[in-house]
Amino acid sequence: MNASGLVARVEHAVKKPIWGCQMCGQCVLHDTGLTCPMTCPKTLRNGPCGGVGADGHCEVKPEMRCVWLNAYERSERLPLWRGHIDKVRPPVDNRLKGTSSWVNFVTGRDRQVPEGWAADVESAA
Amino acid sequence: MSNLQHKLDAGEFVVTAELPVIDGGGLVEIQRQLEPMRPFVDAFNATDNPSAHAHCSPLAVAIGLTQVGAEPVMQLVCRDRNRLALESDLVGAAMYGIENISCLTGDDVTAGDEPETRRVFDLDSVQLIALARVLENGHYLSGRPLSPAPHYCVGAVENPAAPPYEYRVRRAAKKALAGARFMQLQLTFRPEQLARFMHAAHDTGLSQRIALIPSICILRSVGGIRFVARNVPGLDVPPEMVARVEGAADAEAECFEIAYELATHALAQPGVAGLHFISFRKDAGIAALCTRLGIAPRQERESHGHSASVAL
Repeated sequence: MNASGLVARVEHAVKKPIWGCQMCGQCVLHDTGLTCPMTCPKTLRNGPCGGVGADGHCEVKPEMRCVWLNAYERSERLPLWRGHIDKVRPPVDNRLKGTSSWVNFVTGRDRQVPEGWAADVESAA
Repeated sequence: MSNLQHKLDAGEFVVTAELPVIDGGGLVEIQRQLEPMRPFVDAFNATDNPSAHAHCSPLAVAIGLTQVGAEPVMQLVCRDRNRLALESDLVGAAMYGIENISCLTGDDVTAGDEPETRRVFDLDSVQLIALARVLENGHYLSGRPLSPAPHYCVGAVENPAAPPYEYRVRRAAKKALAGARFMQLQLTFRPEQLARFMHAAHDTGLSQRIALIPSICILRSVGGIRFVARNVPGLDVPPEMVARVEGAADAEAECFEIAYELATHALAQPGVAGLHFISFRKDAGIAALCTRLGIAPRQERESHGHSASVAL
């Protein structure tokens, strides 16, 4: 196993039990109230869908509380990154699945977005 | 520029409606579904596999609408297509002059009759809205040139009556930031929640940045209201409203009365840019409801040129 593979295993061992980490390789936990958006059954990165039940349950898995309800509430309590939930997050780069977001953060790979997105959406936001 | 966008830009009151699902029958069928409400409606939503049930594609129905001289709003949900397919449908729509697009997350496959389906959600609704802007700037997501650049009037949806309630206006603002021009609000039978949303949107200036269009649903029967209360994700129907229809001598008239009350309430909110009408089956009185609300037929509104013809 190479070094980044080893880091990925350590990262998963730490983040899976705490946040249910799905190893998307482009972690945004700090923007989403330390709640992993990839645990949303629709893997939404920009907030809750319209299907949340009146009692807060998930449309897809009624036994589960909406991930984004947790994300919103926790983000309001965080001393840092509070307004980050309102940022427009780019589409997931599916090539990074299974890789270490720690490594991708250090190299800047997790912030690479498609050229068209970088030109239009990020400059406008 | 689409007629809908023209009206929104001019601050005119708009009426949109959901075209019932189409499963075939060609332009004749589209025309048949359209006809009863046509005099009042500015643009018709061509839905995208609503409640995760397969029907004729929104692109085909939207093209059909243009062919019978009606203006479409093409819905696109993120459930069934990855980003490549979304891009090609958006570009395909532009090919046929379809500019009004409504971008939604989409009900989950578990709400449908083929729950074994693989759900896609490669993009979310905010990213889909932003994708339309990327195309408008003359390239695909990759940066590869797209010429001529299409033009869209991008719509979105937000559910004012789903938790977290106080966050919904911020999520709507995010959609405006991503490029949405109008927002058809998810229908609700909880007027107090629509009021809360509209007041918050007004107070934060959101209703100046994006045209907010509440939805009104006209049901027709006890079975109908029970069905939506049970089966539509994110829709909370107060039990007393169900009881009211159950106890009525004429359920259809009672449903119409409820729709009228909800529409009157919606029109009284600050920053309402128009109304969106939904009836789950063949038109259940959209024209009658518009008349009772004092909303003039489209041609009359267009000749007067602004919203003063709407009695608020």
